[in-house]
Amino acid sequence: MTNSYRVTCAGESRSFPAPHAFIQGADAMGASRVFIGSAASRAFADAAELSACPFVAIELGQECLGVHTGESRGREGDNVVGFARFRLGSADPSPLVEIVRQPQTRGSAVEAARAAFEAAGLKVAVCADFPGRIIDRLIRPYLNAALRRLDEKLATAADLDKTLCLGLGYPEGPISLLERTGLAEHHDVTLALYRQLGQEAYMPARTAQVAKARQLTGLGCDKGLT
Amino acid sequence: MNEIRTIGIAGAGTMGAGISIVCARAGYRTRVFDLNAQALERARGQTEAFLRKSVERGKLAPEKLPKIMKQWEGTTRLEDFADCDLVIEAVFESLPVKHELFMKLDTICPSHALFASNTSTISITEIAGGSGRADRFVGMHFCLPAQLMKLVEMSPGLNTSGETFDRAWALCEALGQRPVKTQDTPGFVLNYFLIPFNNDAIRLVEQGVAEPADIDLAIKTAMGYAMGPMELLDLVGMDTQKLLCDAMHGVTHEPRAACPSLVRRMIAAGWLGKKSGRGLLRYDDNRMFGA
Repeated sequence: MTNSYRVTCAGESRSFPAPHAFIQGADAMGASRVFIGSAASRAFADAAELSACPFVAIELGQECLGVHTGESRGREGDNVVGFARFRLGSADPSPLVEIVRQPQTRGSAVEAARAAFEAAGLKVAVCADFPGRIIDRLIRPYLNAALRRLDEKLATAADLDKTLCLGLGYPEGPISLLERTGLAEHHDVTLALYRQLGQEAYMPARTAQVAKARQLTGLGCDKGLT
Repeated sequence: MNEIRTIGIAGAGTMGAGISIVCARAGYRTRVFDLNAQALERARGQTEAFLRKSVERGKLAPEKLPKIMKQWEGTTRLEDFADCDLVIEAVFESLPVKHELFMKLDTICPSHALFASNTSTISITEIAGGSGRADRFVGMHFCLPAQLMKLVEMSPGLNTSGETFDRAWALCEALGQRPVKTQDTPGFVLNYFLIPFNNDAIRLVEQGVAEPADIDLAIKTAMGYAMGPMELLDLVGMDTQKLLCDAMHGVTHEPRAACPSLVRRMIAAGWLGKKSGRGLLRYDDNRMFGA
């Protein structure tokens, strides 16, 4: 069975900012539909005859899929999935695609979307429709804690990174990672999660707030924490 | 100054077994104590299997294997630590249990012997306070799996002498490890981050955000981590994770360090992790990591 899909590009896509096999593999007559870009929501809302598609995928930002599809007492879901290719700040997108499903999303739609992404060389993790999905939900409190630990002067940035890399086999320490990918973006993501989840662990760390303030005032983003 | 030749490891669990490999492999006479003879037998078997695999992978000369295993002695009698120059404690995270062990060791071991704790959450100063030799006590926190990970968090207690710390540091380097000095604060550096991080991952499962296998795949793919939190938790063991949480949360009151209810239910169900064949993931063997 072919798993053809048609891609509608609506604005700049964080998942696919550059040519990629997934986009190149699209078919203008494809049975399934994929909406990417910052205006994917509008393009999805304007599209007709989606109910017969094996799957419909909408690129998500920080929002839940329910923002696009609506929710209904926890019984929502049909052939529509959300997706985002994980990307930390200004770094290139990772090979990970998080597919978001709702409680009643058809298993066949999830599997068809998974097959399409995997055929393009991407790796897929499936999650329910919660803020932050898997990765942001897990790593943002960790990155915040690293910034706070640094503020408390309990370790130098270099020792902190070294300990976590050597002890846990992480390829890069949290401070170096934030310096490379952008503290202001970390601020934006954590603030959005803090508003949605209401948990203190997501409240942007002081250092990230300073970086964001400097960005807003046009003073540039200080990346160096060491 | 007495040279360290014989090292005692108290506790033949996952950490104790891993540390014993590090010591024996570095050429030290290594005694492993556990009250449970089966645990000792299992640790010895895992040690041999790990070293055999190292030989197969060309990381260990074949003739060294029997020599290393000859250095490795298991015992159920604490009195057999009477000639140890250093004892590294790797029993479970309970201050009274550690105090009881060290008080006994203080009457058995020679006065020059150093005591070290592999604790990952309890204050070194507090453990040392009940050891009878707080000046010769140091924190040496190896990372899981100890036989593969090079980092050792070295923490002096308030009463640790400079000479003790220097000797322990030098030994650590002689073992082929990479020591990093950390403060005697809850969780030091690693567990300050790791315990809440792993709890957050468990809560994603509890809340139905994602399946354990998807969480591991996502973290490994997006962040390049060698192990996902689910694999790591299963290796640590749910019983140990609960002890770690209780020890850390008890001191810090950090909400993310509180033991998730799923951990308690899994312990009640016997889903302890890799060692019981089922944890957050399922397993069909109990081989040591890397074996």
